[in-house]
Amino acid sequence: MKGKNVITMKILLRISVLFLSLFAGAVQAALTIEITQGVEGAQPIAVVPFGWSGAPGTAPENIAAIISADLGRSGRFEPLPDSDLVAHPTEAAQVLFHNWRMVNVDNLVIGKITQSGAGQYTVEFQLFDVLRGKQITGYSLPAGREDLRRVAHHIADLIYEELTGERGAFDTRVAYITTSGPISNRSYTLVVADSDGYDPQTILSSKQPIMSPSWSPDGARVAYVSFEKKTAEIYLQDVATGSRRKLASFKGINGAPRWSPDGMRLALTLSRDGNPEIYTMDVKSGALTRLTNNLAIDTEPAWSPDGRSIVFTSSRGGSPQLYRISSAGGKAQRLTFEGNYNADADFSPDGRKLAMVHGESGHYRIAVLDLESGNLRVLTDGRQDESPSFSPNGSIIIYATGEGNREVLAAVSVDGRFRQRLSLQAGNVREPSWSPFGDQ
Amino acid sequence: MKFKLNRLIAVVLIAVLAGCSSKGGTTSDATIEDRGTSFEDGAVTSGLGSSTSFDAYLSENPDSPLARRVIYFEYDSADIQGDDLDLLSAHAAYLGANPEQRITLEGHTDERGSREYNIALSERRAVSVQRVLELNGVSSGQITIVSYGEEKPAAEGNSEAAWRLNRRVEIVYQGQ
Repeated sequence: MKGKNVITMKILLRISVLFLSLFAGAVQAALTIEITQGVEGAQPIAVVPFGWSGAPGTAPENIAAIISADLGRSGRFEPLPDSDLVAHPTEAAQVLFHNWRMVNVDNLVIGKITQSGAGQYTVEFQLFDVLRGKQITGYSLPAGREDLRRVAHHIADLIYEELTGERGAFDTRVAYITTSGPISNRSYTLVVADSDGYDPQTILSSKQPIMSPSWSPDGARVAYVSFEKKTAEIYLQDVATGSRRKLASFKGINGAPRWSPDGMRLALTLSRDGNPEIYTMDVKSGALTRLTNNLAIDTEPAWSPDGRSIVFTSSRGGSPQLYRISSAGGKAQRLTFEGNYNADADFSPDGRKLAMVHGESGHYRIAVLDLESGNLRVLTDGRQDESPSFSPNGSIIIYATGEGNREVLAAVSVDGRFRQRLSLQAGNVREPSWSPFGDQ
Repeated sequence: MKFKLNRLIAVVLIAVLAGCSSKGGTTSDATIEDRGTSFEDGAVTSGLGSSTSFDAYLSENPDSPLARRVIYFEYDSADIQGDDLDLLSAHAAYLGANPEQRITLEGHTDERGSREYNIALSERRAVSVQRVLELNGVSSGQITIVSYGEEKPAAEGNSEAAWRLNRRVEIVYQGQ
């Protein structure tokens, strides 16, 4: 059964990607996403291609395919392949529930797109409970041509939240770094893409390394480290306009920038006072507050969602481990005691868990620490797994890993049961950072 | 044993590369440091003044210990290996005699572990080298440190053979 799920999902995803590229013309996903381990008990759902009243083949976007791929990619749903759809209703009156019960789906999504003006559309959808034979919810959403993919993701979010009780994270973005070229002539880019891999936008290109992208809580800016001046400096860049300013270029290390949850400060690593320490900096004034003061390496700060504490990596105990300190400074408390290497923490959005790079016997894997129970659980089994980043709804962790001689991204559900691989056709990809919810 | 042989090969390779430079002071260092750094706009002018003969000595003599400019490290360590102390003395002697000469110490790690922690570890390595040079008479004003972590490997691969070539500090002479 598990094998069947995996195969079905793989086929579905490939069909979806193919269908999308046929429909959407020149828009190609730069990141290909494959489900590598499916979940038993994923809810079967049917998403019927949306109706389009214009000429065939001229539908502006395949909304149903985007919704389907999103739901499948969450690991919680198993969308029916298009070839198994028993009917193609586009309105409630056309739905015959017994057809859908025959193919064993719990829920059905139908909809249509109509053109309301030049470059303007209306997207309507309805979600049904097949067993009860009733509509659960339905919406009508106006959208311009360029917003249709986002509307599809938003619909997927609405469906996901309705059926799971949890907020969907489909209308979100991912920042990541790519490298290409030989070692002697490397190129680096910082890219922002939709979290399904589509519409990648390069926001920085360089012949020198770029590191550590961090989203502002409103999703409007990204902080990052750039070596373009032959040494590490931290920049803040507006994603929409591309305009940026330099935040830190002190002597020594300028690294690991992380926005505070209220967007007013950044935590960062500076070695200007002799060795790497954690500081916070007021974004507007540039005023620095030093948080750590010892001879060990202190780096990789991560804010708790309530902004009250910062978890960071320190070698003060002899090997890299995670410690927690008040964001106002003070005494640090050690959090990790298993394994000889624990670093690069990321808080879950509910503040209860930490994802980290966990090293044991020479393997570096992604693990999650439950802060209440102290239980550590290793989620991945790659060769060199690093840079974990929680989705904003806390259900999935995206991270970087190696495959053969390439660097790719991967994602794993927090319970470890559902896995995906995200790769570029050409080049290496690393350091993913999942955006916050786009609550604008 | 095996480790030393690889290092010897690396030393010879670097010396050969250094020796292969054509006339003109830039090229010798450009070959070694050409990991994507370029000096098109970054030409650092420093007053080498009357040291022309030393210039030639540095860039064209592959047998000089000064032609060897990479120090290697053990895993998760910033300790200078015993053999390298002599090498650093030689560099320190040259730098002491040429107080206008500036260098950059570029620190690196292998790919294992998290990236920003590796930036910090690579700084530790560069600082170790700086300390030895300063103890041997180099003034701190002559030294700049850049920490690259795992971001600029010298060798690709997921094995100790590649990793050991990446755990290093490179001594980059400015203005050459």
